[in-house]
Amino acid sequence: MSLARSRATAARVLRQLRHDPRTIALLLAVPCVLQVLVHELFASRAEVFQALGVPLLGLFPFVAMFIVTSITMLRERTSGTLERLLATPIGRGDLLVGYALAFAVVAAAQASLVSLLSFGLLGLESEDRALVVALAIANAVLGMALGLFASAFARTEFQAVQFMPAFVLPQILLCGLLVPREEMAGWLQALSALMPLTYAYDALARVSNGDLGGRLWLDVAVLGGATALALGLGAVTLRRRTP
Amino acid sequence: MEPAIVVSGLRVVRGGREVLHGLDLDVARGCVTGLLGPSGSGKTTLMRAIVGVQIVREGRVTVLGLPAGAPALRFRVGYQTQAPSVYPDLTVRENLGYFAAVLGVGAAEVARAVATVGLAGLEGQLAARLSGGELARLSLATALLGSPALLVLDEPTVGLDPVLRRDLWDRFRELAADGVTLLVSSHVMDEADRCDDLVLLRDGVVLTTGTPSDLRARTGEQELDAAFLALVDGAGRAG
Ligand SMILES: Nc1ncnc2c1ncn2[C@@H]1O[C@H](COP(=O)(O)OP(=O)(O)OP(=O)(O)O)[C@@H](O)[C@H]1O
Ligand SMILES: [Mg+2]
Repeated sequence: MSLARSRATAARVLRQLRHDPRTIALLLAVPCVLQVLVHELFASRAEVFQALGVPLLGLFPFVAMFIVTSITMLRERTSGTLERLLATPIGRGDLLVGYALAFAVVAAAQASLVSLLSFGLLGLESEDRALVVALAIANAVLGMALGLFASAFARTEFQAVQFMPAFVLPQILLCGLLVPREEMAGWLQALSALMPLTYAYDALARVSNGDLGGRLWLDVAVLGGATALALGLGAVTLRRRTP
Repeated sequence: MEPAIVVSGLRVVRGGREVLHGLDLDVARGCVTGLLGPSGSGKTTLMRAIVGVQIVREGRVTVLGLPAGAPALRFRVGYQTQAPSVYPDLTVRENLGYFAAVLGVGAAEVARAVATVGLAGLEGQLAARLSGGELARLSLATALLGSPALLVLDEPTVGLDPVLRRDLWDRFRELAADGVTLLVSSHVMDEADRCDDLVLLRDGVVLTTGTPSDLRARTGEQELDAAFLALVDGAGRAG
């Protein structure tokens, strides 16, 4: 592992983004617009926005980073730059850490902006705003790790885009945001327990309710483990030698 | 002196089909070796095996005394892929700066590589907005970073005008004079004439090797083009 190579990779990924201002604008603006929409949708039932606002804030970066990473990585594979890189001294870990650093920076910007809007203008309340932003960043890194892993199974950008509904939507449906987990059928609960986003949602919901007890840290530990696992699996899919 | 590259009994299967059939080859140090052969004969596959990115069914590839792909070789082998492999959404300088950082070399190396391939003045241009030939040269420049002892260049002069081609070949000759080993694939016969050694591949085996004058003498042809055709056709009839 080399920190210098990870840093160079992170800087490179961020430079690529910088040359694409429209993507930056979309990454920053879309979650804000969605948050405003949810706020307006429940204008007459403020308690719903209070319940949904924090979890949504933390889930936007997950979805965004999943998509951005799976496309970026797929491009890296199909353009030959990955083959070129793997013939250089860079380690697979250096590459993955570089990606994680870059997208954590983007997620931090994204989450900070949405939280500024939500807490500042939309009247969302939470005991611990910094913790919400930290969880949002952790979710972004999880989304990045899953996107990286998913991209190994896509040969084309069409396929990669379809992984969003395939990998991400079921997790959003079953994480407890739409229907409390206790009310789901047993087999759905079991499925839900296997999905990392469930723990992300649970952690955010707990912070939202001011419940900073042991369960929260268990959720955070599961998130960390799932991220490490996905990164490890992603590393396995980065082969120096290909057919 | 021990050859820079020793390939023995190399078998490679791609897409369920064997494309290199027990290939044997020595490449001398400090020379420019031209890799010729019809399209699909396995030039790129052989280069990938030498660089260590190709899954190999059988056989041995030794590069600078180490097994191909060994970690120590990644600092000493420069590889230009056939299709330009750079980031289209980065500028020339950013592309080279990234590969330089990966190799742990500084800005001086970037400036030198830019000068060598004649991209001075275009450092701030996005790779996506370069012309085909400029893009190929940027890809070549990434392979030159870090002064590698072995350069594996897959059709480096495709799409370049005659002046640029001549200048690049002058540079290849200078590098070889400094002791660098170059393995260069090409379809252009006046380039083949500037190589010290030629390797002619056909259908995944080495058909023949020798200096340009050897090949002329062997076929009785004055033009390398004609000699190449005679060798490829001759083997076709024999085999
Ligand atoms: N990714 C791949 N999957 C399956 N088969 C492949 C792949 N790449 C190349 N091949 C096959 O391997 C054989 C050798 O290909 P290779 O690219 O090494 O040829 P080449 O000599 O470099 O040709 P060219 O001069 O056109 O670049 C060809 O028959 C080709 O169809
Ligand atoms: Mg080729």
